[in-house]
Amino acid sequence: MSIVVEKVSYIYGGGTPYEKKALDQVSLEIHEGEFVGIIGHTGSGKSTLIQHLNGLLHPTSGTVSVNGVDLAEKSTEASAIRHKVGMVFQYPEHQLFEETVAKDIAFGPNNLHCLPDETERRVREAMKFVGLDYDTFAERSPFRLSGGQMRRVAIAGVIALHPDFLILDEPSAGLDPIGRREIFSQIRQWYKTGRFSVILVSHNMDDIARLATRLIVMNCGRAVLDGSPMDIFLHHRDILQQSGVDVPPLTKTLEYLQERGIRVPLAARETEEAAQALYDEWRTRGTC
Amino acid sequence: MESLMFDIRHVSHTFEMEEGKEYEALSDISLTVKKGEFMAVIGTNGSGKSTLARHMNALLLPTRGDLLVEGMSVLKEENMWNIRQKVGMVFQNPDNQIVAAVVEEDVAFGPENLGVPPVQIRERVDHALERVGMTAYRKHSPAMLSGGQKQRVAIAGVLAMHPDCIVLDEPTAMLDPAGRKEVMTTVHDLNHQEGMTVILITHFMEEAVTADRIAVIQKGRLVMDGTPREIFRHVSELTDMGLDVPVPADLSYRLGNKGIPVRRDCMTDQELGDALCPLLLKK
Repeated sequence: MSIVVEKVSYIYGGGTPYEKKALDQVSLEIHEGEFVGIIGHTGSGKSTLIQHLNGLLHPTSGTVSVNGVDLAEKSTEASAIRHKVGMVFQYPEHQLFEETVAKDIAFGPNNLHCLPDETERRVREAMKFVGLDYDTFAERSPFRLSGGQMRRVAIAGVIALHPDFLILDEPSAGLDPIGRREIFSQIRQWYKTGRFSVILVSHNMDDIARLATRLIVMNCGRAVLDGSPMDIFLHHRDILQQSGVDVPPLTKTLEYLQERGIRVPLAARETEEAAQALYDEWRTRGTC
Repeated sequence: MESLMFDIRHVSHTFEMEEGKEYEALSDISLTVKKGEFMAVIGTNGSGKSTLARHMNALLLPTRGDLLVEGMSVLKEENMWNIRQKVGMVFQNPDNQIVAAVVEEDVAFGPENLGVPPVQIRERVDHALERVGMTAYRKHSPAMLSGGQKQRVAIAGVLAMHPDCIVLDEPTAMLDPAGRKEVMTTVHDLNHQEGMTVILITHFMEEAVTADRIAVIQKGRLVMDGTPREIFRHVSELTDMGLDVPVPADLSYRLGNKGIPVRRDCMTDQELGDALCPLLLKK
């Protein structure tokens, strides 16, 4: 199972004075089981790219296919396959609209013509998935929940569609550090269940470094880097800088210490890992 | 001359919820802010920090206690307009704050409403746009600007009111790293070069660490108040509250705990380097 993007270009406002090439000959393949991080500054084309992955936008030229089915086709097969790619937009809680949490999450399965029993099963399962207790929250109004809870309801609505690929656009925007930690540890847990591949768009390099197995850097409508996150953060600083993206704060601090002449574990993803390595280094010195 | 920008005296704020239930969003907060200070306010979602910010220009009034802005009580109705002109607010979403179709008209909106004569409006708008580095965009449509640029236009709109203080409620939450940097540089310049008092509500600890002072709000109470160094040395308390600490502070704290004789309150990479070099320099 995979998403194949082949030589995709996309032009906004073609033929008008505002014509803008948002994607320029992008080719890439996202495989089952991957956790792909996509980064790039505002306007780099990353949102345009992810909207192609479930057929919300169709390429001006080139093709996007999921499991071999071209998303631009008008067949029932093509529309069915689009449900396999679930999309969680930025600030998804703005899209909540139903009277109760359960009804809101049921909206997707109902549209897929699930039977009532099946819909309820999916709603319960999706709520469990995002850590919302069914008995406590099912009958509550989604508009009286906290920001973090509303966001989880919105994500549950996408999970209830049973996607094979889950796309999340800045899922932590506007959340406090603990909300951010919670949402990312949950994403990590979902990913570990092996139920779906994850495509994560984020400005938070820390989270990308910790979670993604693969990183794609977008700039000027092109995928300018594609590889392992740490390799990109450590060996492609020039291109990252040109692309207007940062490296994780921990990597930045460790690089500074290295410049000062200290031996550091540059590829550390967690602060504790770096602290332990620095401590070990100090211990070795003390004994010799 | 009043030297205090804000004198917050035992302020509590209770919201009426459905079915007659009450919710105390702020409990007995006392705090003073000097003119020219740059104070960051941190706390988790729902801690009350935005509620506090909205008290600072009388968008919300205390249900108990009093708040003085340059000596003027928010409880006296005749002070209201004066206070709102002295204290400008900038919010999270730039798209919700911009009203006009051209950048300079948007900035002119405030002074026009104050009844400032046209010639002076021109001066104020030009000067405000210059201070946020947006003069080149004065004839542009705000819709065509980046998030960081829109926030700078929003700040210019506030500056055109000639305030003594700017309160920014998570101004960078919706911006990418480049936009975040733009806004923070602008705010720091206003503080350093013009002595503007700044209150910055933020979830980003790397922004808070650049302030003169940090107030930590939790469950509606002021739980810590001090310089970044005084605050961020409380790594475990902050983590328990659900907050972060900047990387150098976190790393030096962990190294100290492991038994390496280093100071545990490094705020910058440079301080951490200075602390570690004598112990760990490559031979």
